[in-house]
Amino acid sequence: MSVLVFIESADGAIKKSSLEAIAYGAAMNQGDVTALFLGQIDQAELEKAGNFGAAKVLHVNDERLNNGIIQAYSSVLAQAIEKTGARFVVLAKSALGDPVAARVAIKINGSFVSNVTGLPDTNGGFKVTRSIYTGKAFANVEMTSDVKIIGIRKNAVELNESGSSATIETFDAQLSDADFGVQIKNIEKQEGDVLLPEADIVVSGGRGLKGPENWGMIEDLAKTLGAATGCSKPVSDMGWRPHHEHVGQTGVKVSPTLYIAVGISGAIQHLAGVNSSKVIVVINKDEDAPFFKAADYGIVGDAFEVVPKLNEALRAAK
Amino acid sequence: MKILVCITHVPDTTSKISFSDNNTKLNSAGVQFIIGPYDDYALARAVELKEASGGTVTVLNVGEADTEPTIRKALAIGADDAIRINAFPTDSYFVAQQIAAVAKEGNYDLILMGRESIDFNGGMVHGMVAEMLGLPSVSPVMKLDIDGGKATLSREIEGGKETLELNLPFVAGCQEPIAEWKIPNMRGIMSARTKKLEVREPAQAETKTKLDNYELPAPKGEVKMIDKDNVDELVRLLKNEAKVI
Ligand SMILES: Cc1cc2nc3c(=O)[nH]c(=O)nc-3n(C[C@H](O)[C@H](O)[C@H](O)COP(=O)(O)OP(=O)(O)OC[C@H]3O[C@@H](n4cnc5c(N)ncnc54)[C@H](O)[C@@H]3O)c2cc1C
Repeated sequence: MSVLVFIESADGAIKKSSLEAIAYGAAMNQGDVTALFLGQIDQAELEKAGNFGAAKVLHVNDERLNNGIIQAYSSVLAQAIEKTGARFVVLAKSALGDPVAARVAIKINGSFVSNVTGLPDTNGGFKVTRSIYTGKAFANVEMTSDVKIIGIRKNAVELNESGSSATIETFDAQLSDADFGVQIKNIEKQEGDVLLPEADIVVSGGRGLKGPENWGMIEDLAKTLGAATGCSKPVSDMGWRPHHEHVGQTGVKVSPTLYIAVGISGAIQHLAGVNSSKVIVVINKDEDAPFFKAADYGIVGDAFEVVPKLNEALRAAK
Repeated sequence: MKILVCITHVPDTTSKISFSDNNTKLNSAGVQFIIGPYDDYALARAVELKEASGGTVTVLNVGEADTEPTIRKALAIGADDAIRINAFPTDSYFVAQQIAAVAKEGNYDLILMGRESIDFNGGMVHGMVAEMLGLPSVSPVMKLDIDGGKATLSREIEGGKETLELNLPFVAGCQEPIAEWKIPNMRGIMSARTKKLEVREPAQAETKTKLDNYELPAPKGEVKMIDKDNVDELVRLLKNEAKVI
């Protein structure tokens, strides 16, 4: 038996969520863990997969795969499953991983469960817990197919480093023209920023910040903490912040260790995207803001006063 | 152009979720059901495309009879007709097979749905349907323009977006700001009553997962309030008590 882990990179490094997927694969205790990487990358970076539990990395060193193309990626992943004979496939929830895994599940006649929050229960059947109703509940489901694809949510396992390094094997996957039927014409992407779904700490701003010109203090606070920045829906609707920062029911669902909400009222649709955060801090000038009910720590006060002070205190404490 | 829009029938985003029958069923007492918000974006864009260049919009829902008011709302928003597959949507694989069966028969130029449902948040039905039909799939789509047989769309990626081109037909999982949600007007509501809502029995299909039970998260502890003039205390708590920084 073996486990195959689909991994992705950002800014030339394996994403933290993918490292978690490798660690999850190892912790499943279902045989050797092989990671699969598509596109060009520094070999030394791939070797790091070993540190988190992968014995081997299959590398499809093909420049056409440097950007995620759903169909091409699913063809390769299906071929890698066949090659390794893996019975379990693990990947981190992402804008690319989920649609890829969905196609692969059909190709290999397997099952796919996403948003999995912890290790499987293998006592009689194979059961996983997944987050549903946008974090308002969980479902315990049994996966009944032969090959099982598990999409994990952030923080589903702890990262432990073993100090080992993985061996790298080049994998020549077969790709057809149809795999590249979708053509990427242009990519607009912020380089070097902490990605919101990946972030351990998120600093988010709402309509209470009054305008895009006031985001400097949010960015400063995020920088001090090594955090990603997020926002509420009206903020992205009004174009104050880019859409990919929109957190909530209809935006990105985050599960960081720390979520700091500034000038956000805490509407249920916003809470739905953040309620699996480990610790929530709310800064709001209205003591009756509903967000306080979902918070661990709260400060009633004017963001324009509190945020710079907090930033200073954090910097001093470093 | 023939467009198929697949919609879910889900609890309103403000619903309090609870379960019955030994935690194996959603407790729907007092719950207001709506068209999935992402599906609603897909529907709005489909209606806009039809209004701009002609064609038809068919809505499809896999669900039991209680979903019909939701389907009628989609007709009121501007879909031309509807199909309900008379079955409980047991899992993504089951639903995808039902949609693929309808799509095969209907020869649609475009199949749209939300990027995920807001009940199970799977985000996989569009990919599964496309694979079953041998079509390309794109998700999450934030912008969709069609010119003849060619589509230009923008897909959200982590930290940004990409512009894509592809030929029809394909399957797309949609999200905002692809279109503004449409609110049905009186004329729409009146005409929806007489639009065709065909009920079909499900195609033979399998499931790949089995529900054991549902659970609710543990209740949240009390919030600790900190004085605004004592932010050092917050830093100390985050460091020593919560241990998150
Ligand atoms: C179907 C549906 C889906 C939705 N999905 C989402 C979603 O995914 N994400 C999302 O965020 N919303 C979503 N919404 C919208 C949601 O209902 C709220 O309208 C929204 O979250 C409010 O954003 P806000 O908190 O930034 O603004 P407001 O509700 O206007 O709150 C602003 C807050 O800032 C505080 N404030 C003002 N000035 C200051 C100051 N100087 N210092 C400190 N605090 C200050 C105020 O006290 C207030 O609490 C959705 C709505 C619907 C109907």
